[in-house]
Amino acid sequence: MRTNRRKFLGGVSTAAVLSASGVSFAQGAKKYSDGASDTEIKIGHTNPYSGPASAYGVIGKTIQAYWKYVNETQGGVNGRKINFITYDDGYNPAKTVELVRQLVEQDKVLCTFNTLGTPTNTAIHKYMNQKKVPMLFVATGASKWGKPKEFPWTMGFQPDYHTEAMIYAKHILANVKDPKIAVLMQNDDYGKDYWEGLKDGLGKDAGKVVKHVTYEVTDPTVDSQIIQLKDSGANVFFNISTPKFAAQAMRKAADIAWKPAQYLNNVSGSVATVMKPAGFENVQEVLTAAYLMDPTDKQWENNDDMKAWVAWMNKYNAGASLSDASNVFAYSVVSLMHETLKKCGNDLTRENLMKQAANFQKWKLPMALPGITVSTSPTDYYPIQAVQLQRFKGESWELFGDIMHAEST
Amino acid sequence: MTASTKKWLWLVLALAFLVPLLRPVLPDLVSDYRLFLVSTMMIAGIAVLGLNLLTGFNGQISLGHGAFYAVGAYTAAVLMDHLDMPYWLTLPCAAIVCFIVGYLFGLPALKLEGHYLALATFALALAVPQILKYKWLEGLTGGVQGIVLNKPEVPFGLPLTEDQWLYYYILIVMVLLYWAAANMLNSRSGRAMMAIRDYTIAAGTMGIDTSLYKTVTFGISAAYTGIAGALSASAIAFVAPDSFNIFLSIKFLIGLVVGGIGSLVGSVVGGIFYVLVDNSAQALSTFAKNDLGLQFDLSAYTVFGILLIVLMYLMPMGIVGGVYYLVQGLRSSMRSPEAKAQAARKQHATR
Repeated sequence: MRTNRRKFLGGVSTAAVLSASGVSFAQGAKKYSDGASDTEIKIGHTNPYSGPASAYGVIGKTIQAYWKYVNETQGGVNGRKINFITYDDGYNPAKTVELVRQLVEQDKVLCTFNTLGTPTNTAIHKYMNQKKVPMLFVATGASKWGKPKEFPWTMGFQPDYHTEAMIYAKHILANVKDPKIAVLMQNDDYGKDYWEGLKDGLGKDAGKVVKHVTYEVTDPTVDSQIIQLKDSGANVFFNISTPKFAAQAMRKAADIAWKPAQYLNNVSGSVATVMKPAGFENVQEVLTAAYLMDPTDKQWENNDDMKAWVAWMNKYNAGASLSDASNVFAYSVVSLMHETLKKCGNDLTRENLMKQAANFQKWKLPMALPGITVSTSPTDYYPIQAVQLQRFKGESWELFGDIMHAEST
Repeated sequence: MTASTKKWLWLVLALAFLVPLLRPVLPDLVSDYRLFLVSTMMIAGIAVLGLNLLTGFNGQISLGHGAFYAVGAYTAAVLMDHLDMPYWLTLPCAAIVCFIVGYLFGLPALKLEGHYLALATFALALAVPQILKYKWLEGLTGGVQGIVLNKPEVPFGLPLTEDQWLYYYILIVMVLLYWAAANMLNSRSGRAMMAIRDYTIAAGTMGIDTSLYKTVTFGISAAYTGIAGALSASAIAFVAPDSFNIFLSIKFLIGLVVGGIGSLVGSVVGGIFYVLVDNSAQALSTFAKNDLGLQFDLSAYTVFGILLIVLMYLMPMGIVGGVYYLVQGLRSSMRSPEAKAQAARKQHATR
C-alpha cells in the first residue's frame, strides 16, 4: 500500500510538472479559423426538435434543407460545402451548454448560427464570447443580443419584442381616447419581454394598464382570463400569446361581446393558424406589427419573393407546411447567413465573419416586407430593426402608416 | 466487499485522478470538453446515488428527485449571485436546505406507499419549475430569465484549466459522498434502512423507528441530489426553470434502474450511462439518417428508447447486476472439469 501511494504521488507530481510547462503551439497566420478549409465550412446549430418547444423544430429542418440545396445546386459557398451540424437540446439550457461545447471544442465549427431560445442562448452567451466564436443571428426576440461592446461575438436577428411592444404603446397613446389597457401574457421570458416593453413605452402612463393576467403554455384554454379582462372594463386589449392561445382569446372576446381595440403580438400574426380559426368576423380591425410576409396572406400571392419561396419549398423542402410562418423565418435567416458567408470570400476567419456580419447596408432580405432591409455596423448588432403596423381587413392584413425604425436599446 | 472488487475500485479511482493530468500530452484525447462531459456524468452519478439511497435501499419510490436537484442548484446560484458566496461553500448550504425540504416532504410521504408516493413526488417535480417562476420569488430566482453565474476559478494558482479543476472538484465531492454512503449503509442505520425496505412490519417489531428512518432517509437522499444540483449550477454556470423539467426526474430513475437498484457502484454507472447514451442516441439518429440513408426521421428519443429496451432485456438486473452474473458465469465455465463435477456433487448433496 505504501509503495502504491508513493507511486501515486510521483505520478501526480510528474503530471503537474507536465501541465505547468504546457507547451502552446502558436498557429501561423492563415485565412482559415477552425471549422473552415478549402473544401468545407462547418456551422453549428442547436434547436428543440423534442420537448415543450418542439414546434420550433421545423426551423431547424428548413435550414438543413436550405444548406442541402446550396450544396447540391451551387456546390456550396465559394466552392466550399456547408457542413451544417444540428443538435437537439430539447429547450433545456443545461443541455445546450453541453451541446454547444461539443460543437465548438469537439466538432470545431467556424461559428454557431440561429441557436434557438432565450434561456438556451443566455446559457451559452458568456461562453461563446470567452471562446471568441461567432454566435450569429440567434433565434430569440429578447433585446439583449445586440451589445457589441460587451459581447462582440453575438448578433441577433429579428426585431426584439421589447421594441415591438413599445411601438404598440405609442400607438395606443396616440390613437385611443382615454385608454384602459388589459394585458394577457404568456408566463415566460417571451411574455415578460413584451410586458416590460409595453410598460416602458407607456412611461408615465403605465397606470393605464387596468388588468394584467397570465397563462401557462400548458393551460388548455384562456377563457377565464378573457372574462377577467372584460370585467376590468378595459377598452384596449394587448394580446401577448402564441398562436393557439391568441386565436382562443380573440374568439372568446367576441363570444362574450367584449369589443376593445386589439393589439396582437407579431408572434401570432399568421392568417391560417390564428386569424382564420378565431373567425374572420371576430378579428376585424385587430392591429399587429410585422417584418416578414405571411405566407397565408392572399395579398402576397403574386409577389416575386413569395413565388420564389413557394417554388423553393415545393422543390427542396417538400412535405413542410406552406402555411407555417416558421418556414418563412428559417428561409429568411438562413439567406442572411448565406449572404454573410459569400461576403467573406476566402477569408474565413472568425474575425472576418463577424466583420462581414456587421457590414450590411440596406440589404434586401428575402421575404421581408417591402421596404424593410438589413443594416448592421460594428456598433449596431440588430440586423432588422424596422416593423410596419398592419390592420386586419376582410381576410388579410392591410399595411398602413410608415415603416417604423425603433431605437429602443 | 471482496478484496478483488476493492482492488478494482482503487484502480478506477487512481485512473480517474491521473488521466486528466495527461491533458497537455494528449490534448485531443483528454480535451476540456471530454473532462466537462465526464464531470456532468459524475454529477448525474451523485444525483442517482441520492435516489438510490431512497429507492434502492429504503424502498420508497420517487419520481420527483429533479425537484431536489433544482432546489440544490438554485440554493447554490442564489447564494453565489446575491451573497457572493464562494462556490465550494454553497455545497453544504444546498445539502442542508435540501435535507430540510426532503425531510419535510418525507413527513406526509409516510402516509403514502408505493404508487401513491410515486405520484406525490411526481407532482412535486411538476410544481418546482412553476414555483421558481412565481412572482414573489422572482427577485431571488430571476424568474424565467434564470441566473447567470461564473465558473469556479482554479484555486492556489494550480496549473490546471478551469475544466480540469471542475473535474477534480466534482470527483473529490463524489468520492467523499460515496464513502459516506458506503459507511452509512454498512452501519446499524443502514441495516435498519434495508430492513424497512424488505419488511416494514418486521423491522418495526424489532424496535426500529420506521417513520424516523423513512423521513431521515428522505432528507439524506434529497441532500445528495441537492448537492448534485449545486455542482451542476457551478459546472453549467447558469440556472433557469427550463433546465429542471420533468424529464430530469425520469432521467434519474432511468439511471437508477439501468445502473442497478440497490447498488452503490450501480448509481455511478447509471449516471455515466445516462449521459453517454443520451449523447450517443443523437449521434446514432443522425448517423441512421445521413449515412444509412434512412428515409424517415428516427428521433433521438426513439433511438434512446430502443437502446433502453434492449438493455433491460439483456440485463434485467441493471448493468452492475448483469456484469456480476457475467463474471460469475465466466468463472464457473473456466473451472476445471473435475472442480465442476465436484461443485455439481456438492450442489446435489445439499439438495
